[in-house]
Amino acid sequence: MKYEAVIGLEVHAQLLTGSKLFCGCSTRFGSEPNTQVCHICLGMPGVLPVLNKKAVKFAVKMSLAVHCRINPRSIFARKNYFYPDLPKGYQVSQYTEPLSEHGHLEIDIDGGRKRIGITRIHMEEDAGKLLHGEGIEDSNFSFVDLNRTGVPLIEIVSEPDMRTSDEAVAYLKALRDILVYLEICDGNMEEGSFRCDANVSIRPMGADKLGTKAELKNMNSFKYIKEAIDYEIQRQIDLVESGGNVVQETRLFDSSKGVTAPMRSKEEAHDYRYFPEPDLLPLNVGAELVEEARSTLPELPEAKRQRFIIDYSIPAYDAGVLTATKELADYYEEVVKATGEPKVSSNWVMGELLRLLKEDGKNVGDCAVKPASIAELIGMIKKGAISGKMAKEVFGEMYRTGNPPAGIVKARGMTQISDESELAGIIDKVIESNPESVDRYRAGNVQLFGFFVGETMKATKGQANPQAVNKILKEKLGG
Amino acid sequence: MSITKKDVLHVADLARLALTEKEIDLYTAQLQRILSYVEKLSELNTEGVPPTTTTVPPETVYREDRVTVSLAQEEALRNAPSSERGCFKVPKIIE
Repeated sequence: MKYEAVIGLEVHAQLLTGSKLFCGCSTRFGSEPNTQVCHICLGMPGVLPVLNKKAVKFAVKMSLAVHCRINPRSIFARKNYFYPDLPKGYQVSQYTEPLSEHGHLEIDIDGGRKRIGITRIHMEEDAGKLLHGEGIEDSNFSFVDLNRTGVPLIEIVSEPDMRTSDEAVAYLKALRDILVYLEICDGNMEEGSFRCDANVSIRPMGADKLGTKAELKNMNSFKYIKEAIDYEIQRQIDLVESGGNVVQETRLFDSSKGVTAPMRSKEEAHDYRYFPEPDLLPLNVGAELVEEARSTLPELPEAKRQRFIIDYSIPAYDAGVLTATKELADYYEEVVKATGEPKVSSNWVMGELLRLLKEDGKNVGDCAVKPASIAELIGMIKKGAISGKMAKEVFGEMYRTGNPPAGIVKARGMTQISDESELAGIIDKVIESNPESVDRYRAGNVQLFGFFVGETMKATKGQANPQAVNKILKEKLGG
Repeated sequence: MSITKKDVLHVADLARLALTEKEIDLYTAQLQRILSYVEKLSELNTEGVPPTTTTVPPETVYREDRVTVSLAQEEALRNAPSSERGCFKVPKIIE
């Protein structure tokens, strides 16, 4: 039998606020353990949480960016579970009435577009971090750092609209791009500021009814997410084919083995007993806050990509690469503004610049070359002052030193000879000193043309403009 | 609705409480009495009435995103039964 997979994703994105969701403790990553905690996030008795306005504004921004409907009233709820990373014994989240619902996102897949539904976006606080003892003495203990407790998160829940691991990864990348463009999340998967759980089930191809799902956790890169989903789909197919049944459970991905395995935990751990958080009032996101968020929405990656294709007439591939980050897109646009040459600019930014940056593992923000310098270089090629080949050499030095191209060209004596009367004089001499070759060329040995180009280049130490040399040589030899 | 011994054990387990037989019987009876009392509410028809989550005027109170001073590490750990290397120390969590 043929099967299809049904995949839904839950993404947790950490919001880039300075302070926590309900108290003023810093959200900074990597500090000494338990130095960014207070009575509120430690869950001391009698304290009251107060909601961070910026976190709400960020969550509203994301909701608008993926076309979710904002609920004018949403409710914070307590999700109760007993675990040492949670000092209060419950996590403040949203349950029956989330911040926003019914959105969607479009992804590119197999040369087509596909719409993925977004069920809901809700706000919640993060839990602390557990470190497990590894030495013999420590092996019976875990160590708890509560710095992360109370850091604001949004959870973005998709509809079960994806059918392959590639679709899942495309969706996650699109989602992460938007979060980063909005400057509300840094998208760092290793540090856990962008985390994903995947619900995976299978069903016979064409069936409507959903199969029993397994929830996959512990995947901290796009590569692992793809591997985990592919493994899980095959595992479920093999299980069903051999007469077994998929059971609903949480499975952890083991990246060293490339497999998913059931998480050892009591079934009862999932009895969360949600109820409205009595310490927080309902969240009434007013029209004013929504409008403020809407008016500060930047152009989003997809819209930018389409605009680049239409306004600059560059290939979809170029547009995709150049809009990968806002920083790069802004950089490219500055170059285009100065040159008026979108495709040539793309070749330099996407080709040369990104190649060198990639080799060094750097971003465009770390790069010494100013957009104006690339524009200047392109201008010099266009005027014929230097050849394309020279330009690449010059660019290498611009990249290393950050110097503008004119100075480099001058210092290296690289100026190209494009002046036709000057070149004509040099070419006359080349022809005069090679009478035999001229005769053979004129007698039909056209391959000798390259010999004359070579001689001219030699006479100019490689500085002659090749197009001009070709043109003049053709005229002079033609007769 | 009636509370059974099984419900009490389930709730006790979720809260990581160890109960004696005597306590189980006591709590089963007490919880049953509380629920019967509250059950009176279900005599009302609440069809179409939205659940009340607060009786305070529905105005959202926010704070600005400003970082304030946190507790010192030793202060934060002061009430912990056990701590080490700046962390709360707990029995090993296996998962």
